[in-house]
Amino acid sequence: MDVKQRELIRRLAERAEAEGLLDVAYATVDSPLGLLLVAATPKGIVRLGFPTEDHDDVLDQLAQRVSPRIIEAPAKLDEARRELDEYFEGRRTRFDVKLDWVLTGKGFRHDVLRNTARIAYGRTSTYMEMATRAGNRNAYRAAGNALGSNPIPVIVPCHRVLATGGGLGGYGGGLPVKERLLRLEGALTN
Amino acid sequence: MAVPPFQRFLDEHGPAVHGFLVASVGRNEADDCFQETFLAALRAYPRLQHAGNLRSWALTIAHRKAIDAHRARGRRPLPTDAMPERPAESKDGEPALWKLVDGLPEKQRAAVRARFVEDLTYGDIGRRLGCTEHAARRSVHEGMKKLRMAWT
Repeated sequence: MDVKQRELIRRLAERAEAEGLLDVAYATVDSPLGLLLVAATPKGIVRLGFPTEDHDDVLDQLAQRVSPRIIEAPAKLDEARRELDEYFEGRRTRFDVKLDWVLTGKGFRHDVLRNTARIAYGRTSTYMEMATRAGNRNAYRAAGNALGSNPIPVIVPCHRVLATGGGLGGYGGGLPVKERLLRLEGALTN
Repeated sequence: MAVPPFQRFLDEHGPAVHGFLVASVGRNEADDCFQETFLAALRAYPRLQHAGNLRSWALTIAHRKAIDAHRARGRRPLPTDAMPERPAESKDGEPALWKLVDGLPEKQRAAVRARFVEDLTYGDIGRRLGCTEHAARRSVHEGMKKLRMAWT
């Protein structure tokens, strides 16, 4: 795509937004983890895709589950990009961008992820604790699955939830990424 | 088959639509028509039932927007027996594209110009070229297909 085409699409995105036709704006954001895909609805950030995910697949899912009116509009993600930059530089300990929870559904899964969003920077929790807080302490496996399907990783810090026995547990972006984020936050020092 | 994310639709068919619009309304107005075309497409997009032949859908919308632009600037052409030596767009438009038009087979070139420079109906083009309306439509279609392939 050449410069002119980009400019045409930038103007199109602006007009689409003004007419309420831009349901999902997205941008690719450079990070120490690689290129992240960040997508937002008018309500807030709806999805963060890791470099290990196929970004075309992520966009296909958004088209099916949110809306096919998806346009690459980096200007709409400026705030998220700035906060992510600051986070990875260790200068930000909480995200202020608004979130759209539409992809987390309702019920247990939603509750687990909402509670996860409240775990403070530098702190950790466990799958069992998250299951208990969501109302079913035996459902720690389901809690793990809910966290594994977190549509907005990093910003909703599912990396702060560890296995009950002290192990790292799992992570959608790969365990090295989980470890890296925990070290960045000072939650893992050994 | 579900429709793809709109951005992918834009990436895949935007250049062809833009090329078509430059040929239809000239470079000056092509950008505005491009915006109108894809805004109209975006409005209708979630209601599309399947993703088959999105390019021809986009070009159909572009065609309508090009006609709107022709009307808006009051340039509806008068019927004429003489083919213009050069289309008006050849000066302020896209020289490289018109060179491609010049390279088309005789009948396709005449049909494409009659359609997009003079805004003639397919019936009128057929009468001028001494063929049926269907054959005129065919010539324009084949000509545009070649242009799109050469241009994108």
